[in-house]
Amino acid sequence: MYWTLFLIFVRIGTFTIGGGYAMLPLIEREVVNRGLITKEDFIDLFAVAQSLPGIFAVNISIFLGYKLKGIKGSTVCALGAILPSFVIILAIALFFSQIQNNVWVEKIFKGLRPAVVALIVVPCMTAARSAGLTWKTAGVAITAALLIWLVRISPVYIIVTAAMGGLLCKLNIKKW
Amino acid sequence: MIFLQLFWVYIKIGLFSFGGGYAMLSLIQNEVVDKYKWISLQEFTDVVAISQMTPGPIGINSATYIGYTAIHNAGYSTGLAIGGSCIATFAVCLPSFILVLIISYYFSRFKQNRYVESAFTGLRPASVGLIAAAALLLMNHENFIDYKSFLIFGAAFILTWKFKLHPVLMIFLAGIAGLVLYW
Repeated sequence: MYWTLFLIFVRIGTFTIGGGYAMLPLIEREVVNRGLITKEDFIDLFAVAQSLPGIFAVNISIFLGYKLKGIKGSTVCALGAILPSFVIILAIALFFSQIQNNVWVEKIFKGLRPAVVALIVVPCMTAARSAGLTWKTAGVAITAALLIWLVRISPVYIIVTAAMGGLLCKLNIKKW
Repeated sequence: MIFLQLFWVYIKIGLFSFGGGYAMLSLIQNEVVDKYKWISLQEFTDVVAISQMTPGPIGINSATYIGYTAIHNAGYSTGLAIGGSCIATFAVCLPSFILVLIISYYFSRFKQNRYVESAFTGLRPASVGLIAAAALLLMNHENFIDYKSFLIFGAAFILTWKFKLHPVLMIFLAGIAGLVLYW
């Protein structure tokens, strides 16, 4: 059983390129279609894993492992999810420092860097859309971005303030 | 000392990142590039590029890579540098572990908790801001060296936004564009 869980998450960790949410259909296929948990439970897990800090895929693997086999299960699942990227990136890190200054590699990375920025702008716009920004919440987003960018405030403070602001706002409105 | 710092920084990153991998970037950048100067902004951009091309979550990829590079750049041996990547990767997952175990205990109550829900009305727009900050921080002279950079940026943006080109394919195309344009 532990071995099966481990292998499931190794597969999930290996075949998802491009991060968290790209993993979702694969996770669902592996765990729901195998009958490990029900579809409803999976949706609940998803909602909670999403509202926790940290890495989404790791959160979901720990949750699932815990639900199925307790603490041991969650360790096994998390290790499975982490291991493939850990091994691949470590191999690249060992190797990259040697080729970093190669002329050709430099040319390739000159092309990659602006594209990376574009690849961050796009999910920013998607997130803005799915968060359903109004004028007021857009103000929050813009203020947060400017404070981090220009004032170099640590995002930790932004996160804490935003969470407290949300709490105060909502609870006050309910009182009226 | 640097090992302890690395551990602490990645605990913080694991604990305070809401809204997925991209929202995490400005936090990582703030700690790793601005505060501790373990890697340069350019190197950081390269890490993001590599993360896009390789499997797995960006949070794990960056922890493993930066853990290794920070120790390596500080002049330690390869073995210790591998230790650094283990420490960072372990640390970034540790808060999740503890939180999940606590919450599994109160699972059904957490799900519809109105405090959690209220906090998220503030966290959601803020995480949009965090992603925007990550993009703005990377728009600098190190990454945009000439007009060709802006060409690549524009093309990459339109292809991913309008034509929904897969990010991995985009990265490959941008690499080829770099080879051709800077021949």
